[in-house]
Amino acid sequence: MSPNFRIAFRFLTAKKRAMLMSLSCTVLGVGLFIVTQATTSGFEEFFVKTLLGTDGAMRIEDRIQDTLRSMEVAGSPDFQIRQREGVKYIEGVEEPQMIMDTVRSFANVRGVSAVLRGNVQVTSPFKTEDAQVFGIKLEDHRFVSELERKITTPEGLGKFQESAATALVGRVLADRLQLAVNESIVINVRGESRRFVVAAIYETGVRDIDKTRIYIDLADARSLLRKPTGATFIQISLHDPNRARQEAAHLEEVLRHSVRPWQEREKEWLSVFRALSVSSAITVTVFTLIASLAMFNTLAMIVLEKTKDIAILRSMGYERRDITRIFLWQAAIVLAIGAIVGGIFGAVVSWGVSLVPLPINTLFKTEHFIVALSPWHFVQAITTAVVMVMIASLVPARRAARLEPGDIVRGTAQ
Amino acid sequence: MSNVRPASSAAPLGDFALRCSGLQRYLGQGDGRVHVLKGVSFEARRGQVYAIVGPSGCGKSTLLYLLGLLDQPDGGDIEINGQRMSNSDDFARTAARGAHIGFVFQFHFLMLEFTALENVMMPMRKLGRLTAPEMEARARMLLESVGLGAKTHRLGTQLSGGEQQRVAVARALANQPSIILADEPTGNLDVKNSTLVFELLTRLAKDNGQAVILVTHNPEIAQRCDVTRPMRDGLFV
Ligand SMILES: Nc1ncnc2c1ncn2[C@@H]1O[C@H](COP(=O)(O)OP(=O)(O)OP(=O)(O)O)[C@@H](O)[C@H]1O
Ligand SMILES: [Mg+2]
Repeated sequence: MSPNFRIAFRFLTAKKRAMLMSLSCTVLGVGLFIVTQATTSGFEEFFVKTLLGTDGAMRIEDRIQDTLRSMEVAGSPDFQIRQREGVKYIEGVEEPQMIMDTVRSFANVRGVSAVLRGNVQVTSPFKTEDAQVFGIKLEDHRFVSELERKITTPEGLGKFQESAATALVGRVLADRLQLAVNESIVINVRGESRRFVVAAIYETGVRDIDKTRIYIDLADARSLLRKPTGATFIQISLHDPNRARQEAAHLEEVLRHSVRPWQEREKEWLSVFRALSVSSAITVTVFTLIASLAMFNTLAMIVLEKTKDIAILRSMGYERRDITRIFLWQAAIVLAIGAIVGGIFGAVVSWGVSLVPLPINTLFKTEHFIVALSPWHFVQAITTAVVMVMIASLVPARRAARLEPGDIVRGTAQ
Repeated sequence: MSNVRPASSAAPLGDFALRCSGLQRYLGQGDGRVHVLKGVSFEARRGQVYAIVGPSGCGKSTLLYLLGLLDQPDGGDIEINGQRMSNSDDFARTAARGAHIGFVFQFHFLMLEFTALENVMMPMRKLGRLTAPEMEARARMLLESVGLGAKTHRLGTQLSGGEQQRVAVARALANQPSIILADEPTGNLDVKNSTLVFELLTRLAKDNGQAVILVTHNPEIAQRCDVTRPMRDGLFV
């Protein structure tokens, strides 16, 4: 044990109350930092998980047609430059099978599914509602969404797969139409009606999906919507969804179709979450600021009380930097205890918060507060506390080091 | 054991542990500025005990702080073991304090949160010449020699003023400094203990060739020193 550490420890234990005060501020700072970050990112992560589980990591939508303009290079009539003038999009994917085969060859791609979408009216014995049919091949679509797992009556899934003219209906839409499994609905497109049986009801928790989408088999959709070929879009899931932007740009280049990654698709909501996490980061930094002020206060007080000890130490050959270290050690001891206790405190409170009931059913579905504790939050919390408290401690520590022993013993130190 | 010579080899002339000349010191600010030391010159040989005496307020403590490198003079020179210290930097002066000087303050003696033993070990820990068990053995020996062998584990707060003062003397001896500066080291002591402390300091000076400079108001002690320097109004008379 270094002499400076020993002295620091003794100074601290001699000022138990002040030290407990700044210790509890540090514990609160670190703990609340962790809790706030864990809840903010908990909701964000869950939102991302939900949107990846519903609409996939990317969608290939419209075909890009470059409109080109030819231009002669001055002085050489045989040499022409073709320049892109603008981009025209042709709605939909005309040759889904070919594109799907290409996409499947990408390493990061986990699943590919062609979807044919159309606006419809759906009628139950009770009433009629506007809706959208999503024509899918379940064996493809199960790799690009969590639809299978969102089905409230799992036994209906087999029926959907085996029998034609069956549908998966969203919870909200089913409630509005007062539908139950195995009851039939009539789907109406441009004056033509077709009868379907509700094979199962699903609930993604995303209200916009649950109140509009009816999933039917792609073949049924083709005949219903009179689209024997083509797809509205192709949904893709990735092994590493965080690389969606890069993959999308790459695919766009290769396929000459617009490819939208989830980050772009859900830009608005994602920026809301980003703003939320910045504002909570500011809040928690204020907690840490309070911890560092408390530490400043404690140390400044100890310096004042220990000037004579500083003079004695200096008279024995302790250097200015020893004095600085003695006071920084005190901060370090408080920080070390504060980081450990604060970390435990943060973890326990986060767990407690995750038990708080909070039913949400719009952006995603949850019954409780969502908490995502990650080691990264602990690192962030502790780093912030260490940096701020250490900076705050430097001031009194250096002040103590600057004191002249002669001034102290004469009582003229300030 | 160390670099200090036995006292029997009576220090040759010119073998000064400490020398100062023409020391000037002003204290206070503005109208309150006082010319406290008005050109003090002084030298201390190894193996000798010096007493500085004089009325209260004549500048004895002020001089001792300067000699102990705890304060800086406004004029004049200080030499410690042949090295000029008056315009050296804080680092060099601190190192010299640790290695060559033992200081006993007039009023505050100990770091009160520490035991007597820890107080005495404090300078040794900084200097780091001895191992931990050696430090402890030496600290015990020193406390024994000031009559506190039974109270080594008392905290500073649990010792009387006189006991604290004796621990401070033991601590000043910890690193075997060649110069011991003590500001009224027997001020709070009864006859028996002041004799004990004084004899310890004298013995060290003789045995180890240390220069001892003490401020005292006690004429008996002053009389028993090798040299007595009376001071008045910022000057030796
Ligand atoms: N900060 C200061 N400002 C102005 N004058 C001061 C200051 N500190 C001390 N003095 C004056 O300096 C003079 C010398 O003080 P010093 O402490 O050296 O006296 P001393 O000889 O040690 O006295 P004592 O025997 O009472 O300890 C005194 O007259 C004192 O009033
Ligand atoms: Mg004095």
